[in-house]
Amino acid sequence: MNAQPVVRLIDVWKSFDSQPILKGVNLSLMEGKTTVIVGASGQGKTLIIKHILGLIRPDSGKVLFYGKEINSVSKKELMEIRMNFGVLFQNAALFDSMTVFDNVALPLRERTKKSGEEIKKTVHEKLVMMDLEGSDDKYPAQLSGGMRKRVGLARALVLEPRIIFFDEPTSGLDVAKSNEIYRVFFRTQQKLGYTAVIVSHDVPKILKLADYVALLHDGVIHGCLTPEEFQLSQEPLIREYVETTMGPLYSSETEEEL
Amino acid sequence: MMKMLGLFEKLGDNALYYVNQAGRMGIFLFYSVVSVFRPPYKIFPTVRQIYIIGTLSIFVILFTGAFTGMVLGLQGYHTLRKFGAQGLLGSAVALSLIRELGPVLAALMVTGRAGSAICAEIGIMRISEQIDALECMAIDPHRFIMAPKFMAGIISLPLLTAIFDVTGILGGYVVGVKLLGANEGAYFSSMYKDVEFEDIYMGFVKSLCFGLLIIWISASKGYYVHLERGGGFGAEGVSITTTNAVVLCSVAILLFDYFLTSVLL
Repeated sequence: MNAQPVVRLIDVWKSFDSQPILKGVNLSLMEGKTTVIVGASGQGKTLIIKHILGLIRPDSGKVLFYGKEINSVSKKELMEIRMNFGVLFQNAALFDSMTVFDNVALPLRERTKKSGEEIKKTVHEKLVMMDLEGSDDKYPAQLSGGMRKRVGLARALVLEPRIIFFDEPTSGLDVAKSNEIYRVFFRTQQKLGYTAVIVSHDVPKILKLADYVALLHDGVIHGCLTPEEFQLSQEPLIREYVETTMGPLYSSETEEEL
Repeated sequence: MMKMLGLFEKLGDNALYYVNQAGRMGIFLFYSVVSVFRPPYKIFPTVRQIYIIGTLSIFVILFTGAFTGMVLGLQGYHTLRKFGAQGLLGSAVALSLIRELGPVLAALMVTGRAGSAICAEIGIMRISEQIDALECMAIDPHRFIMAPKFMAGIISLPLLTAIFDVTGILGGYVVGVKLLGANEGAYFSSMYKDVEFEDIYMGFVKSLCFGLLIIWISASKGYYVHLERGGGFGAEGVSITTTNAVVLCSVAILLFDYFLTSVLL
């Protein structure tokens, strides 16, 4: 069965202080698949996610969730659409005055009618999945960067959303911690089968997790290809990006010898 | 000519900014007040906010209330003595406190203590994307964060004002009667005779409005910290916005005090 698009961005434009950032973004996110958005810093990758989440309105263009335009729905409908989303923010965005348990339990307490016991059970399940047993009573400030990201992921997963956004899930983490996050991501997606959107700089490692890779350059998406197609693409911009991120560290042999 | 045009452009830009700010603060108030009445009610968070805004302000209210009453007793006694009217000291102290000083000073104290804290707390939540996170979880920040604070402000301020008034009256009693020798019976009987329901009603309405005003300005300033001019994101942005919120609250309290007095008199 062919995957259908969960979210579609059609010719999305956005400027800040008359400086255009997104210049006609077209992107489709396929159901159950992982789409990775790559590109240099400051290109507006996070901005794309914020548009899909309805946190920012485009100047022009459409953002469709199962064919429904996110920006023309009522506040109540937008809330209902957001019930399908889970987000892992770049800095995890945990509520710093709440414990780990309360952070993960919050969506359940606010959005479901589950009893205290059920909430406790679900939260513990998710914390175990993230290797966070015994951290229930800790506050975010007492956790390491990797742990904070995992709590953020547990919170994003707790309502079992259909689509999860990861905004630079491994930024600021060392290799071991990054791998740990990737392992958790792989495991949970296998188990829960959600659609994932990852914004990341961690090329080439992130390509292993991707079903599709999209390059954002100068406000436009260049190709939404499978990792193999992406790496072999002859389009100059993708070629240049692949060579810069995956090519040799030095630009010439003489430089390498120095 | 170009200079002139630049001036007009700047003026227009400023006007647009302030109209925008007023508009978003108005919308913020509307959503927050509506969310207060939308079930399920946030009872436990409201009690917690009453503790933070109200209970933790009691000490400063007792302290400032007592000294305000004492200075009123001192000044009032010496002024009234010139006219041989020391017997009216009680009503002078009580009326000044109940109608004017109680609501205004209690509101200014709460602005300094709780208003600044509310603005900084919400501002930090905004810049660390906690508010975005709430929205992404389909949790309405107005209902989750603002509604308990609005309820707590409206409940706490009249109570704190009442405490301020009573402490002030006792402070005036200590200085006027015990230290300066005014007649004890006259102090309380003049008060009993001259303070009417309208005076208490005026103080109550004022404190209620000030409670709403403090939470509205502090919370909305923090909520829109990312849209503030000359601040924007970051710790400095939050600190500048918090200062602005306290200044704006204090000015608004004094301004509204005048208008409320003229309406209620």
